[in-house]
Amino acid sequence: MFDVAHAGIFPMIFGTVALVLLMTIGVVPVGVITAVYLVEYARETAALTRIIRGAINNLAGVPSIVFGLFGLGFFVQFVGGGLDRVFSGGQFHFGKPAIIWAAATMAVLTLPVVIVATEEALKAVPKGLREASLALGATKLETIWNVVLPQALPGVLTGGILAVSRGAGEVAPIMFTGAAYYLAHLPTKLTDQFMELGYHIFVLSTQSPDVERTKPILFGTVMVLLVLTFLLNLIAIVVRAKMRLRLRQAYA
Amino acid sequence: MDTPIIQIKGLNLWYGSKQALHDVTLAIAPNQSTALIGPSGCGKSTVLRCLNRMNDLIDHVRTEGTVTLHGHDIFAPDIDVITLRKRVGMVFQKTNPFPKSIFDNVAYGLRLQGIRGESELAGRIESSLRRAALWEEVKDRLRESALQLSGGQQQRLCIARAIAVEPEVLLMDEPCSALDPIATAKIEELIHDLKKDYTIVIVTHNMQQAARVSDRTAFFYLGKLIEYDKTEKIFTNPGNKQTEDYVTGRFG
Repeated sequence: MFDVAHAGIFPMIFGTVALVLLMTIGVVPVGVITAVYLVEYARETAALTRIIRGAINNLAGVPSIVFGLFGLGFFVQFVGGGLDRVFSGGQFHFGKPAIIWAAATMAVLTLPVVIVATEEALKAVPKGLREASLALGATKLETIWNVVLPQALPGVLTGGILAVSRGAGEVAPIMFTGAAYYLAHLPTKLTDQFMELGYHIFVLSTQSPDVERTKPILFGTVMVLLVLTFLLNLIAIVVRAKMRLRLRQAYA
Repeated sequence: MDTPIIQIKGLNLWYGSKQALHDVTLAIAPNQSTALIGPSGCGKSTVLRCLNRMNDLIDHVRTEGTVTLHGHDIFAPDIDVITLRKRVGMVFQKTNPFPKSIFDNVAYGLRLQGIRGESELAGRIESSLRRAALWEEVKDRLRESALQLSGGQQQRLCIARAIAVEPEVLLMDEPCSALDPIATAKIEELIHDLKKDYTIVIVTHNMQQAARVSDRTAFFYLGKLIEYDKTEKIFTNPGNKQTEDYVTGRFG
């Protein structure tokens, strides 16, 4: 049992930051590649395109606790358990809740945010720039890589930050996939469990033996979480405003 | 006329079910400037965009007939459209420099061709900018953003970018329509100089411009080539009533 008098908030901040970083590393490449496919390559009317779009919309509407259970079933038991069966002869190494599986679950949850933001940014790239590149003998891929993506970068960034601010506030997806009630040490490996601000708030508000002593700690933890997500949103808004200004100046 | 560099024969083109070009046959002479004139929607830009297959980018475009460059059909399945576009450069109506430095704009096509050496790039960029009559104005700020240049300078930069890859033909789609008279005069002067090294096909709305810069003029109306002859003849003694009405400003 942890000692309320001596426990600090650092492990939870550390865990939250590590979680969203890992999540970002996972979600941004997948989201950007998906958006590039949808905007630049897919035919709008094709059945496959409709299925992908439907899946993205549905993904955005799934309750986050369902993502938690999905993460437990798919990442922890299927992927992690599968890795264990192949590499460690049935011993639990990957097949248990861990920060990597929590981050992966969170990445699936935030995927629609990144895809939609990137799609918008890609669509906003002027046709003239693409034509200029193609007319100089660039292939489609060269044009996307050299001209379209650099131009869409602020939009991609906004999507990433929105995903981070969404991810930082979610508790349900990580409850079964990696968040720990209490840990004496910070996580050092991808397969370690971790403490997280949102989950810690849940723990403090339901599991505490001494309600009066917990109240100020709970208040402080909530404040930290709110300020953190607020700051992340603020960054997203500033980046987006700067991007719009830049595009307006460039193509007035 | 010398052996034509480009020969268009029986070209029909449909956007979906709407036919935009009707049986266009036109020969373009090397090292001359050919103007395509006609009222809006007459198909002159469509003809131009066939010559480097930019129409490929539009969905539901269907073409019939042949366009040959040095006797080779550019619609043939074995033609590499990337190579074609390196040989047939294009300057667009709306100036479209990349949001990169002046240097990187001109270097874009060269880098695509695998030219990476800074000294070789610098040499070719200088000669391209000189030929585009822009060198003196930008030589001290090659590393600054191309978007800081004036409209006329941007268009000359786009010309420099197009000729840096040493095309044989330079297509110009109303290159002066967004420029003031002084910038227009500079571009027109440039077209005169560039004729020595390149074959120029220019689409223009401005009849005086066609008269000033071109050796031969083709008049289009409703997707049909009405008359094609020496510029002098088209403007002083047109053989067709519609041409006469158009060049004298009675319609269009």
